[in-house]
Amino acid sequence: MTDKLVIEGLYKIFGPEPEQALALLDEGLSKDEIFDRTRTTVGVQDASFAIRDGEVFVVMGLSGSGKSTLVRMLNRLIEPTAGRVLLDGTDITRMSKGELIDMRRHKMSMVFQSFALMPHKTVAENTSFGLEVSGIAVAERRRRALKALETVGLAPFADSRPDELSGGMKQRVGLARALATEAPILLMDEAFSALDPLIRTEMQDELVRLQQHEAHTVVFISHDLDEAIRIGDRIAIMEGGAIVQIGTPEEIVTNPANEYVRSFFYGVDVSKVFKASEIAEKQGLMVFERPGVNVRAALAQLKDRNRNVAVVVDGDGRYRGMVSLNSLAGAVDSPGDTRWDDAFLKGIETAPEDMDLSEVLSLVAASEYPVPVVEEGGRYLGIVSKTVLLQTLDKAG
Amino acid sequence: MASEFSITDFHIPIGEWVSAAVDWIQDNFTGVLDGISDAIKFIVDNFEDGLLGIPPVLLALIIILIAAWRVSWRFGIFAFVSMALIFGMGIWDETISTLALVIGSSVLALVIGIPIGIAMARKDMVEAVVRPVLDFMQTMPPFVYLIPAAIFFGLGKVPGAIATLVFAMPPAVRLTNLGIRQVSEEHVEAGRAFGCTDRQLLLKVQLPLAMPSIMAGVNQTIMLALSMVVIASMIGAGGLGNTVLTGIQRLDVGLGFEGGLGVVLLAILLDRITQSVGTRKPGVSLRMRLKKVLGKG
Repeated sequence: MTDKLVIEGLYKIFGPEPEQALALLDEGLSKDEIFDRTRTTVGVQDASFAIRDGEVFVVMGLSGSGKSTLVRMLNRLIEPTAGRVLLDGTDITRMSKGELIDMRRHKMSMVFQSFALMPHKTVAENTSFGLEVSGIAVAERRRRALKALETVGLAPFADSRPDELSGGMKQRVGLARALATEAPILLMDEAFSALDPLIRTEMQDELVRLQQHEAHTVVFISHDLDEAIRIGDRIAIMEGGAIVQIGTPEEIVTNPANEYVRSFFYGVDVSKVFKASEIAEKQGLMVFERPGVNVRAALAQLKDRNRNVAVVVDGDGRYRGMVSLNSLAGAVDSPGDTRWDDAFLKGIETAPEDMDLSEVLSLVAASEYPVPVVEEGGRYLGIVSKTVLLQTLDKAG
Repeated sequence: MASEFSITDFHIPIGEWVSAAVDWIQDNFTGVLDGISDAIKFIVDNFEDGLLGIPPVLLALIIILIAAWRVSWRFGIFAFVSMALIFGMGIWDETISTLALVIGSSVLALVIGIPIGIAMARKDMVEAVVRPVLDFMQTMPPFVYLIPAAIFFGLGKVPGAIATLVFAMPPAVRLTNLGIRQVSEEHVEAGRAFGCTDRQLLLKVQLPLAMPSIMAGVNQTIMLALSMVVIASMIGAGGLGNTVLTGIQRLDVGLGFEGGLGVVLLAILLDRITQSVGTRKPGVSLRMRLKKVLGKG
């Protein structure tokens, strides 16, 4: 994937003498020390990262961590003090006023926490706000607004007023307004935070669905790790204006950079973070390739290595079944062509690779053997044993 | 000797300075003053001629219908009774003259005041300068405006309109400023994020969202204008104030009461009708109202 937005050494200092504060930051002083000395506040310090085309990039942090400031520097609602923001290679921070307005109209749109709809306009008029501002004719505006409303399932409400809608519906209008400009980049500032938990989940799913349909580059601000994990391809965690870690949800959960990052996971449901394929162990069990090994040899090898169970795959690595010492011993005297089939343990359920850990958990709990994880094409990926599960849960908790 | 100095001798001649300044303006800006005078005379006279040109019964009917449509049918009945009383007391011409002066000077006050309010909202510097001027304008007893107005523009409707517009303008300025400043940060950000120019931000986001506040200012301006127009009859502005003034001069309680009642009825009608403009009614969008207020309609 190519980089859509590249952020290089971005700083925001609020206050009268930003240069002085920048110099002090270079000397390695902390945010609080700088505030004491210069009465300036460090909003964002030295943020450098790249957002890839078509990904959902979540910026997470507690309030005051600078995440809202960071995202507002991307479309220059807040002017950066230093650094560059490159959109497809063009430096946004050097744009003239006219170029900036043009960029906001066509390249980047935004969704707000408290919706920021215009109460005096209808839903359709609100949706076409960006188009109206860029001077597009009324009929075309209406057509594109209806299309965007269709996408978020609100077309029947086109001529309602915002105050006639529920919170979730209002934010759908906010989303439709951002989609209507057909800008490739969506900035979403705590877009779902003001919604009821149920509606929030629904909107998150909606966003994920939209992304599958037509991938925008989404920069999503959130203070909610569950949300970040649900929708984020990658997550950046901010603390005190600095980015402390960037990575996929799994990377961050398994390898938190510091205590601050770890503190986000208290109360997080790890079983939603991981998929079966991510914790499956390839080395967990012995694997027999069926055409190569016969039942008798397998039994001997198991005994030899002091193991109880093993997995059987075919020549293409596809999962065939599981065997144990007892089942192998029982099948040794079967007729040659059904010998393997008789040796397979009965009632073993496999987990598909994208199964949530929470579901794998119940499979593992219900079975006396480890649960094999299988790719969509049937290829064997590894097993999830009770030990592996406990280790994963422990690491994250 | 210091012992002969008494505090009562201490004198700062502010009154003399103001007089001197007024004289100086009068001597050096005759052309400007005449221009302002002509423009205001043109506006006020046209309003009055226009309103008096409509047959009284038709105009009364229009007022009753507006009252019934914008406010309620009950208020329509009130408007009907008011009109009947005004006709019955024989003060129709005076009422219309007052109405014309109120509308004329209010329109001028709004045309000047709303842009000042917008400028105040956009620049803190402007607010810092204008705010004390507004305080001054509002606390100065209204009679005081009559003197320079009469000196610069003689007697009649023009100085009456000018004194009125000075007295009635502050709420329009203040509430426009306040309304725009109260527009939420997110709405302004939304406007900018979707690529509004400064002008679009003002016209498409800030003014529409500030409209309830601005309309409250318009209402206040009209009400203040009405009260000032009555006072301005002392310098010959005419209308209902004249009826009241005549009543005072002749110690004619009945005549004074008739004039006063006319003012009260007009005040109630104007207040309720202008207030109703601030609320949403189907068929009239805020945009149209905005254009009307800005005089672009």
